[in-house]
Amino acid sequence: MPEYAIETAALRREFGRNVAVAGLSLAVPRGEVFGFLGPNGAGKTTSLKLLLGLVAPTSGGGTVLGAPLGNTEVRARIGFLPEHFRFHDCLNARELLHFHGRLLGLPKRGLDTRIEALLLRVGLDDAGHRPLRTYSKGMTQRAGLAQALLGSPQLVFLDEPTSGLDPLGRLLVRDVIDELRAGGCTVFLNSHLLGEVEATCNRVAFVKSGVVVHELDLATAAGTLDVELRVGRVDDALLEGLAAFGTGVTRDAALVRMHATAESVLPELARWLVGRGVALYELRCRRKTLEEWFVEVMGEDQRPG
Amino acid sequence: MRGTLLIARLTWLETRRRKIALAALICGLLFLAVFGTAMYFGFGHAFALGEANPVEMRIAATILTVAGLYVVNFLVTAVAILLPIDSLSGEISSGVIQTLASKPVDRAAIVVGKWLAYFAMTAAYLALLGGGVVLSMRLFADYQAPAVLAPMALMLLGAAVMLSITIAGGVRLSTITNGIVAFGFYGVAFIAGWMEQILSLFKNTAASRVGTIVSLLSPADSMWRRAAYEMQPLAAAALQAGPFGVVSVPSAAMIGWAMFYVVIAVAFAAWQFRRRPL
Repeated sequence: MPEYAIETAALRREFGRNVAVAGLSLAVPRGEVFGFLGPNGAGKTTSLKLLLGLVAPTSGGGTVLGAPLGNTEVRARIGFLPEHFRFHDCLNARELLHFHGRLLGLPKRGLDTRIEALLLRVGLDDAGHRPLRTYSKGMTQRAGLAQALLGSPQLVFLDEPTSGLDPLGRLLVRDVIDELRAGGCTVFLNSHLLGEVEATCNRVAFVKSGVVVHELDLATAAGTLDVELRVGRVDDALLEGLAAFGTGVTRDAALVRMHATAESVLPELARWLVGRGVALYELRCRRKTLEEWFVEVMGEDQRPG
Repeated sequence: MRGTLLIARLTWLETRRRKIALAALICGLLFLAVFGTAMYFGFGHAFALGEANPVEMRIAATILTVAGLYVVNFLVTAVAILLPIDSLSGEISSGVIQTLASKPVDRAAIVVGKWLAYFAMTAAYLALLGGGVVLSMRLFADYQAPAVLAPMALMLLGAAVMLSITIAGGVRLSTITNGIVAFGFYGVAFIAGWMEQILSLFKNTAASRVGTIVSLLSPADSMWRRAAYEMQPLAAAALQAGPFGVVSVPSAAMIGWAMFYVVIAVAFAAWQFRRRPL
């Protein structure tokens, strides 16, 4: 079994003169919940379609669950929830799931039980007999989520899964993602809701013009603190000494800024300063949010207005 | 194959649920009711008077059978175009196709599955309407068409040509554009058929040849003319020009071409659909 659920190298897609994805190189380890972030028009959805084989690359290539992009058979092990899930609205949710189950090659035996369990999981067990055209946007999206989970996939692509969902629906998606992770499933999450990504993902990639410009391990990033110190006197020896407690030490008059690798460093840092006889007037620390990371990585020029 | 049949089943289910099949059935039955009523009173009256000339009655029955089937041919062709007109293009624009195409099913199976379902529905519609016309003539005019199955098969082949053109168009064109193109193809074939027929009377081989070439581009109308030829005894064939007359009979090679055309159009649709970004 390959180590990576998704591996791509210099994946490129052009539509006429428009370059939607310039050169996507990704390596998503198995079992990881991977966030794919970028501003509007960054090529996120096209990238996702390239990985799903819905769009063929102009150049470059890659593998998904060890199979080359565009392979048909591997799709039996992949789940996909499009951003705006739509299906023939004359069907009801049970028929929708039954049809997709058969399309996935699931045996008839046990399919009904699986469908009922999924309808219950997404809170549509009471509405399973109603045609999809009577569903609200959120209900349709939840039916789509059940469809994506139907084949017990090893890899799930979720494109803005919570668009149209109320807060409880969002919690449901978050719980489902946690369950998928616990079951060893890889999740590729394309979302604009950074709080959601922060709460669910192991790692995120920031994409700009169809190129991954930065990757961030959220477990490590979560431990990283921005520390600001106001001290009586700043000299080179002090800055050198502070480097033992973190990274990115900079000075601005009586202010020293740095990144601490963990919260546990802070008491030691304070003790060390006091021990050296440094007058410590203020020690402030805070975690950088994913939104701040996003703005920093994308650059202020990406902000509209 | 499993995927093809599942898509075909879904297509049928959708047509039924959206009440398209019901609407077609009601309109078809209405047509048969009008046609049957007209035949009942028309021939019933003539028989009751006892003044009917058997030869004249037979000619009238032949003409009315062909006329009835001419309308049936038009209705069935329209259904063959309208049923799939929104199928692929609509699913592509709404995003429904993304969920289907991301499943372990070859895209060709989606195209072929839809084609199969629509072909079966078109065939059933033709059987209902065509069978109804033939049965009405049998019951009310005591007229048995000399051939039924072969003309029906030819009409079905003509409808299959239009169905295949529409399916192929739906891969790349929007619904309305596809409709314009499909009916455009039908119109071109229709006028080419007339050109071929009328100008054959004047022994204009150049114009007749142009008609044949256009028929090769769109062989649907040729199939109707061959069907009309198969249905009409020689006496009625003497009617010559007009939608029911057949001066220049489309050859067996044209029938072969129409079959090949259907295969090529569906294969082209599948090939294009495989390449199309969704």
